[in-house]
Amino acid sequence: MLPLLTREKNADRVVRHASGDKRFKILEVHMKKHQFRQDALIEVLHKAQELFGFLEDDLLLFIAAKLKLPPSRVFGVATFYHFFTLKPQGEHTCVVCLGTACYVKGADKIMAAIQEKYRIKAGETTPDNQLSLLTARCIGACGIAPAVTFDGHVAPKLTPETALEKLKTLI
Amino acid sequence: MQLDDLKVLVAKHIGARKKIVLRTCMSAGCMSSQADVIKKNLEAEVKAQGLEADVEVRRVGCMGFCGQGPLIGVDGLSAKEKLFEFVKPTDAPAIVGSLKGAACDVQVGNPDHPFFARQMRIVRANGGIVDPERIEDYLAVGGYQALHQVLTEMKPSEVVDEITRSGLRGRGGAGFPTGLKWGTVAKSAGAKKYVVCNGDEGDPGAFMDRSVLESDPHIVLEGMAIAAYAVGADQGFLYVRAEYPLAISRLQTAIKQAKALGLLGGGIFESPFNFNIDIRIGAGAFVCGEETALMASVEGKRGTPRPRPPFPAESGLWGCPTLINNVETFANITAIIQRGGAWYAGIGTEKSKGTKVFALTGKIKNNGLIEVPMGIPLRQIVEEMGGGAPDGGHIKSVQTGGPSGGCIPAAYLDTPVDYESLTQLGSIMGSGGMVVMDDTTNMVEIAKFYMEFCMEESCGKCIPCRAGTAQMFHLLEKITQRRGTARDLAKLEELCDMVRHTSLCGLGQTAPNPVASTLKFFRSEYEALLQPDPFGPRTTAATQSTAPVTL
Repeated sequence: MLPLLTREKNADRVVRHASGDKRFKILEVHMKKHQFRQDALIEVLHKAQELFGFLEDDLLLFIAAKLKLPPSRVFGVATFYHFFTLKPQGEHTCVVCLGTACYVKGADKIMAAIQEKYRIKAGETTPDNQLSLLTARCIGACGIAPAVTFDGHVAPKLTPETALEKLKTLI
Repeated sequence: MQLDDLKVLVAKHIGARKKIVLRTCMSAGCMSSQADVIKKNLEAEVKAQGLEADVEVRRVGCMGFCGQGPLIGVDGLSAKEKLFEFVKPTDAPAIVGSLKGAACDVQVGNPDHPFFARQMRIVRANGGIVDPERIEDYLAVGGYQALHQVLTEMKPSEVVDEITRSGLRGRGGAGFPTGLKWGTVAKSAGAKKYVVCNGDEGDPGAFMDRSVLESDPHIVLEGMAIAAYAVGADQGFLYVRAEYPLAISRLQTAIKQAKALGLLGGGIFESPFNFNIDIRIGAGAFVCGEETALMASVEGKRGTPRPRPPFPAESGLWGCPTLINNVETFANITAIIQRGGAWYAGIGTEKSKGTKVFALTGKIKNNGLIEVPMGIPLRQIVEEMGGGAPDGGHIKSVQTGGPSGGCIPAAYLDTPVDYESLTQLGSIMGSGGMVVMDDTTNMVEIAKFYMEFCMEESCGKCIPCRAGTAQMFHLLEKITQRRGTARDLAKLEELCDMVRHTSLCGLGQTAPNPVASTLKFFRSEYEALLQPDPFGPRTTAATQSTAPVTL
């Protein structure tokens, strides 16, 4: 796929995204803050995901052009790390921690209850685009296990029932 | 800035303090139970009850007893510290009222509980006491004085000697002598050197580093600066997991404040020593805890490990000599400098010096963070400090070291906690996760849980780890679904051996540990799930039932 990029003659790094979306401009400012350093790729991808919600092909090509990196390298890094997602996410996200402490305290049962109720598996989004169900390796909230993150807020000491209740109020 | 200027600043800060301090835990655990709302309510209530002149509400880091949170400590009211547990936002009026002597029905904790009394706090000395977002608080407890001492009174080689004398070993899990590592980097030739702090705390069930970074970020920054002076580096990187947003924001604040006071940056304490720290945010890859993978990630690449040698001490970031230590290792440095290597070497056992922070979680009454001297028997941690299993259960095993460690059965609870003893039992010290399991936990399921983790987190660079962990996971799945035979178990053991000896990095080399240790101590649980082997030696009709076969 070709990116919607334009390159002006005799100028360094003047690649613009043809869509005119302001978020590309913000992302570029962020890259400038890192002096367009290639080793800041992961920081840039974090910012891009924060702005756009997920990493589209076009966005990755834009970053590759800006940092003067081969697209394969950008794509390789984006797919290597679990934190980056190349698919759009639902309106709300629910991240079930499946770390050891949460696991021995019944996080698997919470997971099963949510999967059954919303008929989605981990990593999937409901057809109405309301809820994305994700898992985490360990969010470091082991003292209050089992924990689930709803839209970025950690909820402590849940049971399958209380987790479903939380989701009900969310959606 | 000179030390005297700092002292003036500190004196002013201490002078502005009020008589009674309400310390509100604002660490990630308590924050999830609305600690931020509690703090706001307390502040409003102090105003409403007219106590502003005498009472201040302070944001502090982790107090350790996370399972009882949100926690609020009260200082200055009586000689002894008072601790409120399970605080709700609506409790604010009652808590503030109690300062005037009114009755209060909020649960009060016991500061003399073995959970606190048996601890020895060096790394976590300031956790739950200082405000992690105010450098003045850290300076008031003697912060950055060790750095000043090092820069004005010690030669770099003397710093390395002091650390060597302390006997400190890497707290990331492997336990490599820190002084030796520093000495190697210091001796490596190179105009440019780096110091890297490994805060990629990936072990599930471990949150020691998160807590240190959230509660006392400056102790890590100061430790890194001292290390940089000792090895001759001028640039540091602090690699933190993206899963720890609060730690990242507090570190950013801390670095900004330290720079503003000239404690980081150019010409620190008006000496020729320069040191800058940049934060690098991880992106969810367990393998990045391995030092060569972490360096690849700092360079903005896929986090895949590479063979060693060359070790990072000789050729690390961008080919330059690089010192990599764990968060907890750096957090030990200031205390060693200020109180001397000999003092530190007096704590712990012959080969394992100092203290270790553990995250005590799982099926145990008292959940939270503890810092104990090395060599303490496991039983004291689990039974006295942890209070044993909840709901009348029995402790079956203690898991240490996460996916690289093993399960220690209850019969071995009298083992002292040090690097060598845990390794002997087929587990490892690890970074400090300690997950307690009771008799409702199926050990084969736990082994499968860890193997699935390693399978998914394998970076895929070397075949033994990439393919071996997948094969082992499928065998474990087969066994837990009661489809496995004795032959599968034998194959599993064979694979344990192969993956351990042929993998490229620590992830693969230690991935079989949970399986091997559960096989060693809980073999009967595996065997109870096995089916008769249809291709095995000819069996008589009588034994060809679906009943489990015992070997």
